[in-house]
Amino acid sequence: MQNNINKSVSANDKDILLKMVDIEKTFPGVKALDHAQLTVKKGTVHALMGENGAGKSTLMKCLFGVYSKDNGHIYVEGSEVNYKNSKEALENGVAMVHQELNQALKRNVMDNMWLGRFPTVSKYLPFTSEKKMYDETMKIFNDLEINVDPKTVMSTMSVSQRQMVEIAKAVSYNSKIIVFDEPTSSLTEEEVEHLFRIINMLRDRGCGIIYISHKMEEILRISDEVTIMRDGKWIATKPASELTMDEIIKLMVGRELTNRYPEKDNKIGDVLLKVENLSGEYTNLNNVSFQAKRGEILGVAGLDGSGRTELLEQIFGITTKKSGKITLNGKEVKNHNPHESIKNGFALLTEERRATGIFGILNIRENTTISSLKKYQTGPFLNKKKMKETTDEYIKSLRVKTPNQETKISSLSGGNQQKVILARWLLTDPTVLLLDEPTRGIDVGAKYEIYQLILELAKKGKTVIMVSSEMAELLGVCDKILVMSGGRLSGEVDAKTTNQEEIMTLAAKYV
Amino acid sequence: MADTSIKKAKHSGISLWIEKFKAADKGDKKRLITDLLFNNAMYIIIAIAVIFIAIKVPAFLSVSSIVNIISLTAAKLPIALGIAGCIVLTGTDISAGRCVGLTACVAASLLQMTGYANKMFPNLKTMPLFVVLLAVIAIGAVVGLVNGFFVAKFKLHPFIVTLSTQLIVFGTVLMYLMIGGNNGQTLSGLDSSYTSFITGTLFTIGGVAIPKYVLYSVILTAVMWVVWNKTKFGKNMFAVGSNEEAARVSGVNVFMTILMVFVLAGAMYGITGFIEGARIASCSANTGLNYECDAIAACVIGGVSFVGGTGKISGIVIGVLLLQIIFAGLNFLSVSANMLYIIKGVIILVACAIDMRKYLARR
Repeated sequence: MQNNINKSVSANDKDILLKMVDIEKTFPGVKALDHAQLTVKKGTVHALMGENGAGKSTLMKCLFGVYSKDNGHIYVEGSEVNYKNSKEALENGVAMVHQELNQALKRNVMDNMWLGRFPTVSKYLPFTSEKKMYDETMKIFNDLEINVDPKTVMSTMSVSQRQMVEIAKAVSYNSKIIVFDEPTSSLTEEEVEHLFRIINMLRDRGCGIIYISHKMEEILRISDEVTIMRDGKWIATKPASELTMDEIIKLMVGRELTNRYPEKDNKIGDVLLKVENLSGEYTNLNNVSFQAKRGEILGVAGLDGSGRTELLEQIFGITTKKSGKITLNGKEVKNHNPHESIKNGFALLTEERRATGIFGILNIRENTTISSLKKYQTGPFLNKKKMKETTDEYIKSLRVKTPNQETKISSLSGGNQQKVILARWLLTDPTVLLLDEPTRGIDVGAKYEIYQLILELAKKGKTVIMVSSEMAELLGVCDKILVMSGGRLSGEVDAKTTNQEEIMTLAAKYV
Repeated sequence: MADTSIKKAKHSGISLWIEKFKAADKGDKKRLITDLLFNNAMYIIIAIAVIFIAIKVPAFLSVSSIVNIISLTAAKLPIALGIAGCIVLTGTDISAGRCVGLTACVAASLLQMTGYANKMFPNLKTMPLFVVLLAVIAIGAVVGLVNGFFVAKFKLHPFIVTLSTQLIVFGTVLMYLMIGGNNGQTLSGLDSSYTSFITGTLFTIGGVAIPKYVLYSVILTAVMWVVWNKTKFGKNMFAVGSNEEAARVSGVNVFMTILMVFVLAGAMYGITGFIEGARIASCSANTGLNYECDAIAACVIGGVSFVGGTGKISGIVIGVLLLQIIFAGLNFLSVSANMLYIIKGVIILVACAIDMRKYLARR
């Protein structure tokens, strides 16, 4: 099969911008890439797909010289290359727009654009030329229909604008190959449209675009070809027009996923949590009221910046409250700060697992028990034996895949990290669980297990409020869905009877 | 969305604030006013202090007093200009004061007048000023090189690195002062070519002489402005201070940038030492003690923030000036020297807290 591919590739060599063949990379104990390959043609958008850990980013890191590959060859426009770092790749027309933007936020747009290669007034006058920087930046911005003043300080701009600057930077290097890594994860619909316009423009100019994303609708819309990877191996490369969402999932997972969501059998009881006219002092959260019942899974939908996360953080007391009332079980709770909220029976699984969820250098036991150390106190000392027992119980009941509880949490996969953090909150015995994007960055298999856990919690009579950007997930898991828009609650829908269109319309209500 | 950002850039800070204020509701208005007061608290406090002192002691605003403040500002400016670079990199340099002490002592010892009884090097002929200046700049730069190397190469926090070098430099000064017949005494009896080059009259205003080192300070400020704003090195420094990783992936030589910021700072301490040697005219191991405190305080007051990546030369000049106004004013009020330390400490603490408040995301 491999020979076949190579033959067909060599048939129209001229059109091929990038060819990566037989790339191998081994990390201690793991074969991250096993004869991986990727061929990108001129003037196409090539989607790179796979579950987390399938080797997509490792493959890209080998291209940019962040990792040195053990074996294999990389050809750009027919000649073999071996970039030592991303700077060298950039100078040779291979650029990457990172998911996490790496920018000097306190400097302005053009300082960021020309960082590392500031133009000087002339060869004999080695002072940096603001005028050249400004003019060149404007030229590229006009070209890409980016409406940003090059003198704006980066930190005052929105994430999408900053991303546009990053794209413009890639273009300014005359890049032939541009890699987009999850570019739409923080963009609104409208901004996604602009991004797609730019991508199409670049494609029409003959650039090769590598597009990494988990969002299948986008992939099917924007890409010409799709390469799917699994376990570090190349699985398939097909024209996007010949693929369906189910097929992609099947190729990614390696088996047919008949049930993406577990059977719902939770019983809904009486009202447990009442939120009335909640507004934030420094956030856009504006006059939100809703009720949640015992054993109910309540979804929160909305675009990024619509106040979903702000709602959870407000309930949990992370942000300063302007006005409003939270009632739990008929009694008003103040929830001034997380410490108080935990005491009142609330738990919050935060959105940014790496930044605000895990304690990376601590082990599983320490990460599990950190929020309930009081339970394990004997006098002033902690009872390690009891902590060990509890941790083992949770590892078993939540099916955490780990050699033992002494393992550092950072060495687990995303899904298993999330389970450990769930265990941490379950240990505090909460009545209301606030989950912010509980399945973000987790692969399809692990997602199913998280759904099961959520359902089990609901069955135990707990109330789960869950924020998610994946609408299908909300429809599949929740009972009721709150839709946020512009900091306000724009609607409340029944998950059984609603559809994506209705939710999208509500989400755009106050934009 | 992009249109608004362009509008924003065209507005000046004040008109933008007024616009925001008009649009805000009652609660937000209160917050905006508190923010405005807090963000400018340092200037407000100092303005009140100046008015208060001027009323109590009118001589505070006399020509001689103002010239004195300007001269002191000029003397303390170069060290602040040097240390500011380290702060832009989110670092600091607490070896600065001791480094000024070392270079001041070296400069003074090499430029004592022939025939002076306690001359450190009795057989040394009068050296050309230029050579001594280069020598002390080199000494400062070497200290900076050591600081920068450990910071850039081993990723040590500048606080730890300069805490160590500060001790090393102090020990060196003490040993240096034991050389020859000096036996640890203060260095005085300077050659007139040296003292007149530094403290000689530039011109006089209302019968009060302005010393020459004011001019040197102005030149240094201009040079540093060009370095910060018009060179690749300057722009790279700000980029590294704002986001080191972004600078690295954009191909900036982060190691060299950090190293050079510290070397440049060291060179500035050398120049400060050269000026201080003649200005004080009796250098001892205690020369330069705590200079870094004043310099750091001045930077923070002037908006060179410890969060890194921000700061302006004009801010540093204003910061040093304001600090000297306060100190001079407190002298006029005959506040004791002991009390002065406490006030300095409070100023640094308050200035840093107010500065940090600007960058804290409120939630």
